[in-house]
Amino acid sequence: MSAKAGQEDPRIDGIKTKIRVVPHFPKKGIMFQDITTLLLDPKAFKDTIDLFVERYRDRNISVVAGIEARGFIFGPPIALAIGAKFVPLRKPKKLPGETIFEEYELEYGRDRLEMHVGAVESGDTALVVDDLIATGGTLCAAMNLLERVGAQVVECACVIELPELKGRQRLKGKPLCVLVEYR
Amino acid sequence: MAFEDGTDPRIPKIASAIRVIPNFPKPGIMFQDITTLLLDTQAFKDTIDLFVERYKGKDISVVAGVEARGFIFGPPIALAIGAKFVPMRKPKKLPGEVISEEYSLEYGTDKIEMHVGAVQPGERALVIDDLIATGGTLCAAIRLLERVGVKVVECACVIELAELKGREKLGETPLFVLVSST
Repeated sequence: MSAKAGQEDPRIDGIKTKIRVVPHFPKKGIMFQDITTLLLDPKAFKDTIDLFVERYRDRNISVVAGIEARGFIFGPPIALAIGAKFVPLRKPKKLPGETIFEEYELEYGRDRLEMHVGAVESGDTALVVDDLIATGGTLCAAMNLLERVGAQVVECACVIELPELKGRQRLKGKPLCVLVEYR
Repeated sequence: MAFEDGTDPRIPKIASAIRVIPNFPKPGIMFQDITTLLLDTQAFKDTIDLFVERYKGKDISVVAGVEARGFIFGPPIALAIGAKFVPMRKPKKLPGEVISEEYSLEYGTDKIEMHVGAVQPGERALVIDDLIATGGTLCAAIRLLERVGVKVVECACVIELAELKGREKLGETPLFVLVSST
């Protein structure tokens, strides 16, 4: 379903044109891929969700894990449509109760992603969702968290990929599905 | 717990799926954790359905969701009723031009932001969050939308902490909740 592969679904173009690029955000040199304009178009937003749901509905996925905060926008509608539970993966100290964490590298320094203990069980099959994959560091941390508790990560799903940052290669051999590439 | 809409049979299961965590984020606070609701596929679906049944066909073109847990409930409602989803975020998260509204915390103030141009004057909006406590955040969200000429039809939350009287703080704007915690 990558925008570059063979026959593209006719809905993809409508989605791509709704993504707004904001230059120099959050800092100079970065061309920020803003999905909020996609959310303002009910048809394009629905098409985005439908494309993922069509792909995953018969794959026996029991968990959709969404990465804070934009993964919270795309993950739950997918989870609801395919009958999976939704598990939020959050920045430190946001989740109440017992959590486990996974550290990952930033350009400067490190950050952590947390998940609730008990949210995901051994034997769960999982999809990881975020709006965009850049270097793949956050998605990799998400996959590690899920695998540590015995879940099997089936695929990562993002609306947008920045292929030049080669995030796809950091997913420990797991497949990645994206709708749109930005070069 | 008292049930706001006590006659709907889906409500008790939704209420029992919410987990209370004592002393989070600090001593004395009984935190209402909706993540356990999200693990119960039927209860999560019922939660969304209850809101969608209330708001479908009411000419609502905007669902505004407050970061971050409002992002979980808002989009499914928006998708089902054919409205756009507008995220309302903490400062510096939204790229491009924003407008912001300050509100009071127990100690100090905070701000929420919305994109310029996300909404148009005359649109009818819902504001969604997982929970209403004092009503400070929801009030700021309402003001942001009203400042650009949007009519906030209602605020909708899964949970209300009734003792904190957030409902009164919303003034003229009605509030709809599924579960009222006392």
